[in-house]
Formats: sequence, C-alpha cells, structure tokens
Amino acid sequence: MPRRIFVTGLGIITGIGNNLAETKDSLFHLRTGIGKIQFLETNLRDEIPVSEVKCSLEECFHLAGIPVTEGYSRNALLGIIAAKEAYGDAQFGDFPGLRTGLISATTVGGMDRCELYYEDFLTNDSRNIYIDSYDCADSTEKIADVLGIKDYLTTISTACSSSANAIQLGARMIRNGDLDRVVAGGTETLTKFHLNGFNALKILDKEPCKPFDEKRNGINLGEGAAYIVLESGESVKQSGKPVICELTGWGNSCEAFHQTASSPDGIGAYLAMKKAIDMSGLNIGDIDYINAHGTGTDNNDISEGKAIERLFGSEVPPVSSTKPYTGHTTSAAGATEAIISILCLLEQVIWPNLNFSEPMKELHFTPVQELLKGKKVINVMTNSFGFGGNDTSLIFSNYEP
Amino acid sequence: MPAFINGIGLISPQKTVETTDFLQEIMEYDSGYLKCIEPPSYKPYIDPIQSRRMSRLIKMGIASAKMCLNESGCTMPDAIITGTGLGSVEDTEKILGTIHLDQPFLNPTPFMQSTYNTISSQIAIQLKCHNYNSTYVHRTFSFESCLQDALLQIAEGTAQEVLAGGIDEMTLNHIAITRRAGHWKNEPVKNLEMLKWNSPGSMAGEGSGFFLLSAGKTDKTYACIRDVKTLYKPANPDEIKLQVTSMLSASGLNVSEIDLVLLGINGDNRNDHIYYEFAKSIFPGTPLSYYKHLCGEYHTSSAFALWLAANILKRQTVPYILRLNNVHREPVRNILIYNQYYNVNHSFILVSE
Repeated sequence: MPRRIFVTGLGIITGIGNNLAETKDSLFHLRTGIGKIQFLETNLRDEIPVSEVKCSLEECFHLAGIPVTEGYSRNALLGIIAAKEAYGDAQFGDFPGLRTGLISATTVGGMDRCELYYEDFLTNDSRNIYIDSYDCADSTEKIADVLGIKDYLTTISTACSSSANAIQLGARMIRNGDLDRVVAGGTETLTKFHLNGFNALKILDKEPCKPFDEKRNGINLGEGAAYIVLESGESVKQSGKPVICELTGWGNSCEAFHQTASSPDGIGAYLAMKKAIDMSGLNIGDIDYINAHGTGTDNNDISEGKAIERLFGSEVPPVSSTKPYTGHTTSAAGATEAIISILCLLEQVIWPNLNFSEPMKELHFTPVQELLKGKKVINVMTNSFGFGGNDTSLIFSNYEP
Repeated sequence: MPAFINGIGLISPQKTVETTDFLQEIMEYDSGYLKCIEPPSYKPYIDPIQSRRMSRLIKMGIASAKMCLNESGCTMPDAIITGTGLGSVEDTEKILGTIHLDQPFLNPTPFMQSTYNTISSQIAIQLKCHNYNSTYVHRTFSFESCLQDALLQIAEGTAQEVLAGGIDEMTLNHIAITRRAGHWKNEPVKNLEMLKWNSPGSMAGEGSGFFLLSAGKTDKTYACIRDVKTLYKPANPDEIKLQVTSMLSASGLNVSEIDLVLLGINGDNRNDHIYYEFAKSIFPGTPLSYYKHLCGEYHTSSAFALWLAANILKRQTVPYILRLNNVHREPVRNILIYNQYYNVNHSFILVSE
C-alpha cells in the first residue's frame, strides 16, 4: 500500500483575496478580481484588464512582515504571504526526525524589479541588491528562510503548470520516503515582461475572459501565490494536525506538439488526466468536479474540452474554469486552483464558470454556470497546462481515516 | 536506487563535441568568460528551418540532448528532465531591451523561448515524446534537482530511461551586470591560472550536458549515479560533514572508499576555503581534483563535473590538468562531486563504476 499524502495547510493570495477566508468569500459572492490595472506600471494599463493582488508593494511588505527597506521582489513577498498562511495553518511545532521541504514554482521570478531597474543594472550600481534576486530561486530561498525550512528546497518552472508540478513532486518525495512534509505551490507576479509577451502572442482578451464560450477571446492574466502543506501519515500522527483532504492522484504528460499551442485533440491533457485517475485507483465516474485549465483562448479550450470528452465520454462531470475569478496566475495557477478545488470538497459546492453565455460548437458539454450548493463532492480533479505542452493533473479527495 | 549513465552529450568550453578524446587538448581563455565550443554545424541535430529561429542556448540544449540519445541508442526516453539556473539569457535580454524603455515588443519568438522549460519541451516535440517532462530552476541546485527527480522516476518504476540535462549560457551583457554584484574577477584572468589569483570573484562559464540515465546497464555504460544530495545554508562545517558521511553510509561506503573528490573550487578567495577545509577534515589523504578552470562558474556546472566523473571511471584515468594534490589512487571506483555556491547551496553527487 503506497504511502498516503495528506493536505494539512492552505495559503493563498490572489486578486480575489489576500487569504483563504477572503478567497472563499469572493468565490461564494461571484466576485471577480479582474479589472483595470492599478499597480503595474505599464502603457497597457488602459487597454488590457488583469487580476492584480489588491495591494501596493508597500502593503505586500507589510502583509509579509518584511521591512520595506529590504530588497525583496513583489514575487517573493506574495510567496511569503501565502506560504506563511499555509504553514501557520498547519500549526507546525518542532518534530525532530521529520524532514520538511519547500518546493516552489515560478517563471517570472524577480522580473518585477529587474524590468524596472534594468537600465540601472546596465549603467550604475544603485540597484545592485536586486541583481541576484531576478532569478527563480530567489523567492524560494526567501520563503524558506521565513518559514525556517532547510531540509530540502527546489524550484520548478514548467510555465503555467509549474506549481501543479511542485505539488506533484512534493507528493512523490513523501511517498518515496525522502521527506515527511512539504510546503508546495508557487508564486507569480504580474510583470510588463509577460504581459507584453502574451500580448505579442495576441492571446489576451481585452474584456473579461470567457472560458469554454463560443465567443471566447483569450486570457486575462492574474497574479498571486498559493501553497499547500502535504504530510505523510507518520507526520500527521506526530503533529496531530487536522487533515483537510488527501492528494490521491497526479499525472504529468507532454503534448510534444508546439512551443505555445495545444494540439487539436489534447493528447497531453488526456494523458495527464488519465495518469492521475489511474494512480488514484478511482473510476471515471468517481470524479465529481473538474477545475479546468480553461484559459479562454480559442486553442486551449478546444484542446482541453476534447481531451475531457475523450476521457469521460458521455459522463463528463461538472466542469468549470475559475480563471474568470482570479485571472490566469500562470506559474501559481496550479496551486491556486488546487486550493479553489479543495474548497469544493470542504464546502460541498461547485464554483461557476463566470461570463459564460454561448456553448462551443465543438463540445458536447457546457461548463457550470451557477454556483451549485449542497452537492456531494468527494473527488475533484484540477488541470494545469503550460507552454511547451507541460500538462499536469491533480486529484484531491475527501479525507476518510 | 542507482542509475546507470548510458550516454552523454556535452557542449562545453572544452573540445567535447564530436570527439572521443578526453581532455587531450586544453582550451585556454583569458577574457574571464569561458565560452562553449559549439558544433561546426547544427544540421545533424536540428532541422535548419527550425534552428534558424532558435537562440544559442536552445540549439546547444537540443544538440547535446541528441548527441546523448545517439550515443545511448535510446530513441524514446520515459522522462525528459532539465535543470537550468538562468534559462535563455539571450532571449530574456532581447525582451528586457525593449521593456525597460516601456515599449511593447512585437516579435513573440524570444518570449516563447524565454520560458525555462523550452529545451525540455523542444526535445519532447522533436521526439514526439508524451512522457513525463519537467524543469528545475534553482541556482546550483538546478541540475541536482533534475538528477534527484530522475533517480526518483527510476526508483518509482515509472521510468526505465530518463534523459536528464543541465544547461546554462552566459552573455557579455549578463557578465557585465552580474559583475556589479561581485560574481566575477575584475582582472583579466587566464583560466588555467585560476588558482594563482588571490582575489574575489570567479570566471564566467557555461555548458550544456545531457545524460541518459537508466535502470539497467548496457555496453555503453560509463558509470552509475548512486545518490544526489543538496544541503541548504548549513549552520557549520559539521553539518556538511554529517551530510556526506550519512550519504556515503546509505550507499554502504565509508570515507576511505572514495577514490577521488571533485571539488567546485572557482578561484573566489571569499569561499574557496570551504572546499579546502572540507577536503582536509573529511578526506585527508584522498586524491582531490577541481574542474571550474576548464568550464568556468555557472549554475549547472556540476553537469560538466558529472561528465568528468563518468569518463574518469570508464577510462580509469585522471587527467593531470584536474589534479589538485599529489595523491593518486588506482583503480578509481567511487567519485564524490562536491559543489557549493556562496556557502548557501551545497550539493553532492556520488558516482561509482
């Protein structure tokens, strides 16, 4: 019997809330975080809506408990805020003999400071403290230092599936006995760098995004950080912490199709979901909800929708994309949506796919359009797909001792 | 669970491409930047129509992966995993050049290639490989995390053959910027005289090394990776020692059975003492070697060290250019690679015949 993987802590900050309670409140009240750009300095401010964390840089320092004089990127600060909530939530004491790891995901890293100070980097010494904080490892190490985690740390970047892969690696290392508990997730701040990058690819919607809608027109980017705490049974026994739910399945597959586009039949998505279900030992009919990657691009939603239909046939469970709430938080999306899916288990609800009006011609199913309360939700699947065709699916299940 | 190295492809500042020589001719550099010697043509490795749009790092990554696969005979790995500290610096700089002036950029190609997973996914695209695919981006843990994942895949039984690579590039621009943060020597240093300079900073390097790791041996096998460990911010040298001794004993080895220690000494007088103290306290009387005078300092330089270790074990020869002390031992059965970055990121790779 393989080792079980228990979830014992959740922490999240996105455009719909600075913590788990606010996030839940926004989800219940159908409140979106998407709107006009407030904090990012960019010429695209009036043109492209995004979902920003509703905090200035200074407020982020404050929430993270870091003095504003320190050379921290917004990316590291968001990561610290969410990771602290998750880790605090898990009420860790010091249990000697248990090995704890931090596996974090990001792709823009400290680019938010780097793009601002790049001219200085090239010409003078005034911003030298930010030079080393531009890479991906910087936020991970700063989070680890705040949490006091030393036994293992690494950083994953597989574009928009990064934090789902971080969660997956955490689970694998616990299962193999390498670690007893892992804080896993990701952080991603909005930058001019990737806002312009997605804009150059012409996949940003200038209106609120409409995943799985016939008239969908692209992505709304978002920012945020989300972390979950994973523990082995032995670790839970020692700490006596309440178990929130169980991570029962994971699957990673590569589209091997195109650097930024998904294949028409969604082979990567199909294989990732199938691997996750096979690992969980569940049947197709046991999945009560799919939190889709559902970016709202023409390409993703056909590809993912076809893959879901291929796997689930005529029994497609309720599906929604919650990106119309949070925007696409890219590297943080996997962990963000893992937590949003876990909330479905805890609250016995299914979140709606906001902004939907017209079914896609290519698909037989339509996404959930209204908040469904009082549903029996036992197993949820969440999908995260990235540039390069890096596709990952996770399955969370209600905890039964 | 150990993994056998059944194929290698390495592009480095030394002559490691399309040759069976092992450090016969040593390349010298005096600019403080050890630059990769690329293949004379990428045609044997990448379709010219595709490679025209690719930046140098992407081409080096794919080509070295192909060299590795060709040597091993593997056509469809069960997993493709890469490590890179900085990803495509050249593509990132192209974008930053316009962004810092607050201008939009119109060509999306550098953006598409700037994501860190570009090489692992491009290899998958070329092979039509739908299997597990991931990328690690944690400074000098990047390649080590990649190897740990590969070993885990093999231990889980989900993979028999894993393609694992460490890739990093340097640009003159990036060297100039990171020089401000104190990473490089200010004086022009000859790479082979790296240890003669008692000054802060190192020499910039780069490389792309891929390894076909397998659960089973073949007639191509170089060596086997027994274990890979990382250690973050050790409180004191005893913690480093404990990590090494427990790692060795988990593999059933004691300190005296290590026949060669490959040290990541990089000429930085602020930190090299860590290596010397390490060697003195744990491995007195053991043959010691170093390698960064041949490849320079970069986040995935341990891939170069692993190539060295694999070749030393297979050929049973330790080139003189690597030797740090006058101790020699034959045969060479077990090699420990030790690298550290500013006393923050310490890593160990145990390689055996």
